[in-house]
Amino acid sequence: MHLSDLKINDIGIIKKINSFDSEVRRLYDLGFVVGSQVSPILISPSKLIKAYLIKDSIIAIRNSDASKIEVEYA
Amino acid sequence: MHKKIALIGNPNVGKSTLFNELTNMHQHTGNWSGKTVGVAIGKHKNLTIYDLPGTYSLIPHSKEEEITSDFVIDNNYDIALIICDATMLERNLNLVIQTLEVTDNVVLCLNMIDELKKKGINIDIDKLSNILGISVVGISAKKKIGIDKLIDVINNFKSNKTIKIEYEKEIEDSIKSIDSINRFDAVRKIINGDNKLVCNYLNDIGIIPVDSVMKSIYNKCSEITNSVVKKDKNYSYKRKLDKILTNKITGIPIMLLMLIGILYISIVGANYPSSILFNFFAWFKNIISNILVAVHIPSVIRDLLINGVYQVLTWVIAVMLPPMAIFFPLFTLLEDLGILPRIAFNLDGYFEHANACGKQALTMCMGFGCNAVGVTNARIIDSKRERLIAILTNSFIPCNGRFPALISIISMFFIIESTFFNSLLNVLILTLLILLSIFITLIVSKILSKTILKGLPSFFTIELPPYRKPSVIKVIIRSIFDRTLFVLGRALIIALPAGIVIWLLANVSIGESSMINILSDFLNPFGIMIGLDGIILLAFILGFPANEIVVPIMMMTYLSNSHLVDISSLDTMKNILVSNGWTIKTAICTLIFILFHFPCSTTLLTIKKETGSVKWTILSFIIPLVVGVVLCLIVNGVFILFV
Repeated sequence: MHLSDLKINDIGIIKKINSFDSEVRRLYDLGFVVGSQVSPILISPSKLIKAYLIKDSIIAIRNSDASKIEVEYA
Repeated sequence: MHKKIALIGNPNVGKSTLFNELTNMHQHTGNWSGKTVGVAIGKHKNLTIYDLPGTYSLIPHSKEEEITSDFVIDNNYDIALIICDATMLERNLNLVIQTLEVTDNVVLCLNMIDELKKKGINIDIDKLSNILGISVVGISAKKKIGIDKLIDVINNFKSNKTIKIEYEKEIEDSIKSIDSINRFDAVRKIINGDNKLVCNYLNDIGIIPVDSVMKSIYNKCSEITNSVVKKDKNYSYKRKLDKILTNKITGIPIMLLMLIGILYISIVGANYPSSILFNFFAWFKNIISNILVAVHIPSVIRDLLINGVYQVLTWVIAVMLPPMAIFFPLFTLLEDLGILPRIAFNLDGYFEHANACGKQALTMCMGFGCNAVGVTNARIIDSKRERLIAILTNSFIPCNGRFPALISIISMFFIIESTFFNSLLNVLILTLLILLSIFITLIVSKILSKTILKGLPSFFTIELPPYRKPSVIKVIIRSIFDRTLFVLGRALIIALPAGIVIWLLANVSIGESSMINILSDFLNPFGIMIGLDGIILLAFILGFPANEIVVPIMMMTYLSNSHLVDISSLDTMKNILVSNGWTIKTAICTLIFILFHFPCSTTLLTIKKETGSVKWTILSFIIPLVVGVVLCLIVNGVFILFV
């Protein structure tokens, strides 16, 4: 399952990040590392981007990018 | 003893607030990531403080982060002062641990310590200090709590760093084999693949350096956090406000209402002080005139000073100062509250459709204040392609220098009497114009990303910071002094020579007619073609140094032909324009041309500096000009055909 598949208020655990793109390293800095707990809490009017609660901060990621992150239910 | 202090921290943790507090300087602050661009240097007694752009990590992704990363790793400072948001300790510790890999001389300061209790979080600061082996100070930069203690700690600094991070064995081996100035310099080189041998070795045994390193660091972060942070049972993120602000139905309308509200207050609130200023300057003009006559200044010089310099200078002040003095504080309040990232979040879908970056919404918002500032802030966009799109389209957003012109033309030609309802109508028309400029921004962004800046949207994230109550007095002082007076000062510096040039053009004749007539006659055919006239075009050209002076130049030029001097009200202004052939069509085309023409000289210079390229600077001049000319041609055509 991908991060983008999580419904609002679901809680997931990050399993794997499927990208070697150097820009995706940014995810690590924001706390998106394997084992982190993550939960989508807001969805934008366009529905193309969601905001996630991770390590006490709120980070928005586009669904097209969130689909590169594998998660499982906590 | 003199000490050099590097101020380091994640974006938006209050670095600049602390910096201002320590140095009594006025670095702009705001509740969003990426506010500080470039390094600011300030002094506090014996301390020299370097305020570095916010970064999440010492492995840089953007130009801005590179500045910080290089500065920290090069280690030419005495103490690294790391400032953390105490409410998100775990993520902030990442940077702390990375910095501790560079130097032992670290002081950690936990900002927003006053918010912990309210949020139901408890941090054992002494324990944290023991685990890391460095001094940890809880502060609130905004409420000035703990600052004295922090300075005390810095002045009596002693290091007994105890924390040690252990990477995977293969990474540790690689660190030893690489030529480097410190451990993290080696780590950065391994991650960047600078050493081919090491790179191949790790690749062969299937280790992705960045994955491995970050895993080790984050494991340490959660280990530390788990042992020092305790959360109450009722700890939760307050999301009610965000639910409304980002809601499908209410989100965007609320943001539009906020925009309308700010504009309405600025316009209506500025009317009265503006007319007072106009009257005052008219009264003062007579006095100056009399003085100049009394001291026998030749009449030509007198005319130059009064009808050239004085007229333009006072005009710019009377028209610009009141709305700006209201607009900037209100805008700064929204900024401090943390609204801007929510706007970016709401609008991101449109930007994704345009193959652009959602952070462009932030640079767009800054553009409302000043396009040059918007262009500089495009640095927060990591992808070069998307940054260029944001830079090239920034001048589509009307800056504060253009608002007064828009407002006065709307008031003259679309509003019959000034009543409450009509002021609202004025604001609504202005809002429509702003929506048009946003719409054009998106269309042109899309066109750019399909043509000369081809590419798919890159990966992007944006942090939605907690809402923070701004301190109103600080906001007012800061926005008046730093923004309003800054922009006004710039306009005045340019208005002075412009006043002289216009007076000369109007009064120096070649043959029968004045220079200004010759120039405007020359431009007239083209002006008429796009629904304007030669004088309007000339005003835009002479107003290239600053958009603020376009309308004053226009009026002065019309006046120099009609020998009217007193222009104390909008009605007389309108009469002057109408007697010079203005119709509703001229007004519409002028409004469009104010939105879309070439950027002012300051913005262009900034674009040159930011892109380092003549090509992009020229394009950013041409693109909005073409858009403006095409739109004006269409409007003119429609009027000729149907009206």
